[in-house]
Amino acid sequence: MVNDKGIRVDGRRVDELRPIKLEAGVLNRADGSAYIEWGENKVLAAVYGPREAHPRHRQDPARALVQCRYNMAPFSVSDRKRPGPDRRSVEISKVISEAFSHVVLREQFPRATVDVFMEVLQANAGTRCTALTVAAVALADAGIPMRDIISSCAFGKADGQVILDLNKEEDNEGEADVPIAIVPRTNEVVLMQMDGHITKEEFDSGLKMAVDACHRINEMQRDALRRRYSVTTDTREAVKAISEGV
Amino acid sequence: MGTGLKPGPGTFSVGGKTYAFQLGIKKVRGDHVNIIPLSGRYMPRTGDTVIGKITDIAASYWLVDINAPYPAPLHASEVPWKVDFGDTSRFLNVEDVVLLKVLSVDEAKRVQVTMKERDLRRLRGGLIIDVSHSKVPRIIGRKGSMIGLIKKYTECRMFVGQNGRIWLDGSMDGTYLAVKAIRRIEEDAQVLGLTESIEVLLREGTAKKA
Repeated sequence: MVNDKGIRVDGRRVDELRPIKLEAGVLNRADGSAYIEWGENKVLAAVYGPREAHPRHRQDPARALVQCRYNMAPFSVSDRKRPGPDRRSVEISKVISEAFSHVVLREQFPRATVDVFMEVLQANAGTRCTALTVAAVALADAGIPMRDIISSCAFGKADGQVILDLNKEEDNEGEADVPIAIVPRTNEVVLMQMDGHITKEEFDSGLKMAVDACHRINEMQRDALRRRYSVTTDTREAVKAISEGV
Repeated sequence: MGTGLKPGPGTFSVGGKTYAFQLGIKKVRGDHVNIIPLSGRYMPRTGDTVIGKITDIAASYWLVDINAPYPAPLHASEVPWKVDFGDTSRFLNVEDVVLLKVLSVDEAKRVQVTMKERDLRRLRGGLIIDVSHSKVPRIIGRKGSMIGLIKKYTECRMFVGQNGRIWLDGSMDGTYLAVKAIRRIEEDAQVLGLTESIEVLLREGTAKKA
């Protein structure tokens, strides 16, 4: 999986991310939205709210709920995925919702809910990180008050080597996969899961690599928001571009 | 975002540094730094004039949708009529549109609205359009310059709610032109010389008609 020059199956170095294309504000009906292409992964995210939480008994009188739905399209994987929530997507929805609950200033909207929808259109390993990264941009686009824009990335182990951002082959054949999400401003970890086996030393070096990568991803997220809200100068005269992001 | 300044609306401060918690434009006012939001839901504030739609009727109050995360109850004692208990539907019905004022918003974000003030009333006829509440100041303009301009050229009656709802009433052509102008303002909210370019658009629009 990794050759003696440290090059991987898809030509990346061990600490290299797949190419990321990120765009904010792609849907008109949602309060906030974003679209990402991360390697072969394609995910669309939409945010609604804050709005009244229903059913009523789910409301929290002190703070807002952050409800997330991670869903894979039937055509997102090579064998058709049976539509609808399954054990895996319910789990992913839950961990992503917990990650966002940590940064959203929920006390500002008692009894309300912020709904986040993530649709995986194409999957190639690492969709929970991809989904979380776009959803964070969609939340910022919706103007939801947050402590920071969270970023996510995975590290793992394949062929005895610690590598960053595993693709499908590395995930299937490799020894471990560890997706993490951090609050870039404070380096707090808001999501961490692990599949497989890895030594403590490997874990530490991989974590460092993934945290660095998250900071790079955060810059891309901010850039996507700046692009969305800077005024284009095409036909109209005298334009003042605004470039202050969150 | 910088240090040495006190955190104002839209910001928070940790370890001597101030950060924005919302997407917006940084603005320094005196020794405070604020964030003017570019997006986000409308949050009602005491004294706001808003346009609401009646969504439900109860024996002594109506529930009004004011485009906020929460519905606002309009109590029978807060309307300019004498309403008997259980007689609420004789005055306002579901789907009716009313011009209201936000009376109070408490800690738990419970909203109270009132119609007991001059100019607050039920809006009959006309057209309602929704805009982002962050664009409302641009639509009104400095000391109402922009809204005055639109009213002058389109001969429409017009109310702009703080919650991003606009009520228009006028001739077919006038209303159409006003909507066009408002959509342009929304799109070009950050452009310099907006009032001038809107005046051109309105003048051309009225010239075509004549």
